[in-house]
Amino acid sequence: MDKVLQVRELSVVYGKGCASCYKKTGPDFNSNICPDCGSVVAAHDVSFDLYRGEILGIMGESGSGKSTAVKCLFFDEEPTNGKALFYDEDQQYNLFRLNKAQQRRLRNHRFGMVYQNPNLGLNFDISAGGNIAERLLMSNVSNYSDIRGRAVSLLSRTEVLSERMDEMPKNFSGGMQQRVQIAKALATNPPLLFLDEVTTGLDLSVQAAILDLILEIQQQSQTSMIVVTHDLGVIRLLADRTLVMKYGRVIETGLTDQILEDPQHAYTQRLVASAL
Amino acid sequence: MNAPILRVEGFEKHFQLHEQDKLIPSSKDVNLEVYSGKLTALIGPTGAGKSTILKGIYRTYLPTAGRLLFTAEDGSEIDLASADEHQILDLRLKEIAFVTQFLHFLPRQSTLNVVAQPLIQRGRSIEDAKDEARELLAAMKLPMRLWEISPATFSGGEKQRVNLARGLIAKPRLLLLDEPTASLDTKTTERVISLIESLKYEGVAMLAIFHQPELVDRLADDVVEIQPPENSNLILEEIA
Repeated sequence: MDKVLQVRELSVVYGKGCASCYKKTGPDFNSNICPDCGSVVAAHDVSFDLYRGEILGIMGESGSGKSTAVKCLFFDEEPTNGKALFYDEDQQYNLFRLNKAQQRRLRNHRFGMVYQNPNLGLNFDISAGGNIAERLLMSNVSNYSDIRGRAVSLLSRTEVLSERMDEMPKNFSGGMQQRVQIAKALATNPPLLFLDEVTTGLDLSVQAAILDLILEIQQQSQTSMIVVTHDLGVIRLLADRTLVMKYGRVIETGLTDQILEDPQHAYTQRLVASAL
Repeated sequence: MNAPILRVEGFEKHFQLHEQDKLIPSSKDVNLEVYSGKLTALIGPTGAGKSTILKGIYRTYLPTAGRLLFTAEDGSEIDLASADEHQILDLRLKEIAFVTQFLHFLPRQSTLNVVAQPLIQRGRSIEDAKDEARELLAAMKLPMRLWEISPATFSGGEKQRVNLARGLIAKPRLLLLDEPTASLDTKTTERVISLIESLKYEGVAMLAIFHQPELVDRLADDVVEIQPPENSNLILEEIA
């Protein structure tokens, strides 16, 4: 089994931070705001491994730090502390030590991100096909017909009618925008895909179609994924293993069926009990 | 006699319910062995923790104490109680399968896909996997008109057969069976029995719970009686 990602002791603090930030926040204090300096400890001591083809779920309520962790890995945010190694084609990248150009290269070529809000992942000023072209251009595909052909095949894979590829994403429904976002993320065949609440706020039938699509991608391309969600159903359907977060801390990790059937932590027990 | 493929030593499981401040004992002092090509049956009253043992071995439940020593295909010995999650996922993919009385399947998938899934996950081509799924479903006499639709609307017996086919298709080395014939009629039960017999012949090790005692008589090479843990129906000790 090949390891794709190794994250150790990742911490993110908003604010100036002080000596008691980590000691006086977390589930035991029912808060992630440091009482001494007022800094917000969005995530602390988050560690995990991700293997090739594996889907890891990160579950927790809003404010638990689940998105923060993923945003650091995609370089949307800067961690205060911690180390992340990305293993790719015999290369090893120390993610938080890379310079901006190297980070951009990984973002454009080797990582894919799908945000809850399509506004973040798509450029609404250019067409759906243009969005995909943009990503392909950034990874040095520059032949017009190659780009056009690849865009058509990606959009058809995510079930967006290719007749609509020259339309602006703002004309699309939420589910379709999400599918264009997934097509864009997949454009470079990235080995690592981040999915941040991708089905939240969509109709149930649209959710189902998107989840099916994600599973299909994982099966066909052995893409490793980190799925951030507050939805137990999404976790159950997609994730092999799950991290449960609360107030910026990982309070429990395990095989997904074990987390759902035999949760150990009081908070996870309450969470699972409320869903059933 | 050959070495056992699975040795359970002093297995114990209790559930700690934080909300209710309670400790629920479910299994205690379980010792047993499972051999290739043989079926070990678990018997005992309802609530004795028979299913708990199977779920503990599959790691759907986290064992509280004891060792679950599994000899993998490469000869290495793995304690399933403490093995790394990735190791468990790998074993589930290649060596250990679990068939329960309930069918867990991906919604919106055809029966054929549901059954073929374990083979596809092991890297077989989709067409190949589907061919084997067809063969198995035919052997179980599941009507062909049902193959292309989702098992969601199937009867209990039909679902059960899909479930079994899915558990058996990848030819696991260890098969955990939790009342695999619970909702089947006599005729279908006979088919499942002959299937289990042929699996034994092929060398699959099985640990099973059967609802009907006559199935234990017919299929089990070894019988382990499970007693409910003490105090299991008393008010349980309060935990801090």
